Amino acid sequence: MTEIIIDPVTRIEGHSKITIQLDELGQVVDAHFHVTQFRGFERISQGRPFHEMPALMARICGICPVSHLIASAKTCEEIMAVSIPPVAVNLRRVMNLAQMVQSHALSFFHLSSPDLLLGFDADAAGRNFLGVAAAAPQLALDGVAMRKFGQQIIERLGGKRVHPGWIVPGGVSHPLEPEIRDEILAGIPDALERIRRTLSWYKANVADWADEAAVFANFPSLYMGLVHENGDIAFSDGDLRVVDAAGYLVADHIDPRPYWDYLGESVEPWSFLKSTYWKDLGYPEGLYRVGPLARLNVIDQMGTPEADEELQQYRERLGRYPASSFYYHHARLIEILHCIHAIAALLSDPGILDDRVRAVAGANRSEGVGVSEAPRGTLLHHYRVDENGLIEWANLIIATGHNNLAMNRGVLEVARKYVHGTEIQESMLNRVEAVIRCFDPCLSCSTHAIGEMPLNVQLIGPNGQVLDELAR
Amino acid sequence: MSVRTLVINGKDVAGDADQTILEVARENSIHIPTLCHLKGLSDVGACRLCVVEVAGVNKLLAACVTKVEEGMSVVTDSPTLHDYRRTIIEMLFMERNHVCSVCVANNHCELQDAAKELGLTHFDLPPLEPVVEVDASHERFVIDHNRCILCTRCVRVCDEIEEAHTWDVFDRGAGCRVITDMGTPWGESRTCTSCGKCVQVCPTGALFEKGRSVAEAKHRRRFLPYLRALEQDQQ
Repeated sequence: MTEIIIDPVTRIEGHSKITIQLDELGQVVDAHFHVTQFRGFERISQGRPFHEMPALMARICGICPVSHLIASAKTCEEIMAVSIPPVAVNLRRVMNLAQMVQSHALSFFHLSSPDLLLGFDADAAGRNFLGVAAAAPQLALDGVAMRKFGQQIIERLGGKRVHPGWIVPGGVSHPLEPEIRDEILAGIPDALERIRRTLSWYKANVADWADEAAVFANFPSLYMGLVHENGDIAFSDGDLRVVDAAGYLVADHIDPRPYWDYLGESVEPWSFLKSTYWKDLGYPEGLYRVGPLARLNVIDQMGTPEADEELQQYRERLGRYPASSFYYHHARLIEILHCIHAIAALLSDPGILDDRVRAVAGANRSEGVGVSEAPRGTLLHHYRVDENGLIEWANLIIATGHNNLAMNRGVLEVARKYVHGTEIQESMLNRVEAVIRCFDPCLSCSTHAIGEMPLNVQLIGPNGQVLDELAR
Repeated sequence: MSVRTLVINGKDVAGDADQTILEVARENSIHIPTLCHLKGLSDVGACRLCVVEVAGVNKLLAACVTKVEEGMSVVTDSPTLHDYRRTIIEMLFMERNHVCSVCVANNHCELQDAAKELGLTHFDLPPLEPVVEVDASHERFVIDHNRCILCTRCVRVCDEIEEAHTWDVFDRGAGCRVITDMGTPWGESRTCTSCGKCVQVCPTGALFEKGRSVAEAKHRRRFLPYLRALEQDQQ
């Protein structure tokens, strides 16, 4: 048995490595995506007052802290047994939509566009965001501007671009000022222009990536995401919906509270990341996907006209339920377009300035579950508290956990197509990494957006000897 | 009134014989950092942050509890004092579990302010990381011993201003804690009047109102000197 190790995987959020096991004939027999870092937030939170949880949990991630803030605050509100003021719901939506824009922009422009623009086989030394800036300055500028647009909204609402303390149990800490609303609205036309240009570029070039699209985690699976009652896409509220590869409605508007009835969590010895699965189908057959591709598969429509037109084109081109994870990229761009429109719509309602933004209560229940959509997919928080409101136990299922089985299978698929013999090929390395990037996995709060992280690959023989080694 | 003349940082100053070096320094706009001191409460010299050099004395003296004397020559700032103060703050951070980013008192914390003032940008000492309890049994307030620096402001305000004497100090060394009613949970205290003065005087996020989120613990302390003056008038 021979093993190929890619360690670390670059241009993703966090630290991981990939191992590919070969048999004596050099055929791929298995592949694993290892998450090599340990965080321990579920343990850290024990004994803390539950009102502290949103701010504490937000520290899990520097890219999508808003999703953790929302999921955590919703969990706390279950414990408080309160319904928060409607304007607080909408204000949180604005911040979460802004986060979708900035995080998707980071994933698409900064992390993935080097592969798309410069080619998967381009020299690794120049295949990064700076390479994009040199080859297609407008694309790079649009990426920077889209990220800035989202980050500035978060800062204007919460006072900080990363880890704003504004979203609290019971609502938000302070109402929206008219000047802030006007500043955000003034940036909408520019953001729309940039995402339209990017979508056009993507659609004009998508045919070039047909080979990758065919094998990048391209298999039938279940899909899960939040939808509003009318079938619109939901990010902060809404209910869970699960469909299968053929569009059969497996579950709709299900209560997240007993998620343990339908979602199983498996722990593998080779990774710190849990793998979740749909219980009815068992492990690992109950593989499902979350995130942009899955969301676009579960919803009926986006809910904003221009994004719905794009969705229609997307479905005409790829079918109603696209299965290739390569199309996460396209789905991400459509979501950005929708999010900008949705921010504009929410802020155009005069009621958004209402100053009743926070419900106050102590612990009125001993347990709560909260769910939101992170840029990468569904995010679940689950806490139990003692009679004084101190956390006794916490469980978190993050988007990348939902996608773990799919990512592992995606790596195996790509390895099977691109690994031949016992010598390491750049083309294989690049694509194995790229399939992971489609999922935009968020493995930690680290933000390794740009940089030359070392990439070491080793071929290890049956007795542990290094047969081949490649380092970047 | 008996006047004493002395020199602080080369400046000739005067004060009453009952005044401390800290009081006289502040009257003359000379800054000395403090943590356990709070105007309106008695001083105990617990934190030692206000240590100063006095000519002819071979040890550092806490300015908050040292009375001025005729002919004294005091230095309130020097590289040695800066190093001592910086180490004091570093040791306070390392002694328990202070995580500013998720603390209710973030940006409203005197320990954090002192660290900023003294240029404490990183820690060289190893953290002790003790397992420290949180008492949330009170209906309105919480004490998180992780963030307590044992300044005893809560003990003093409860005793001297509210006159309930709910708070006290228990044990020594690393096991030292402020306690309520001889160690019963705060929520079961029979002496606590739930006035909240202890919460308002806490320099860190150790004492806070339930329901407060990160950076939301803003302290209101202007009442203290008024209450103290009122009490003295009545006497």
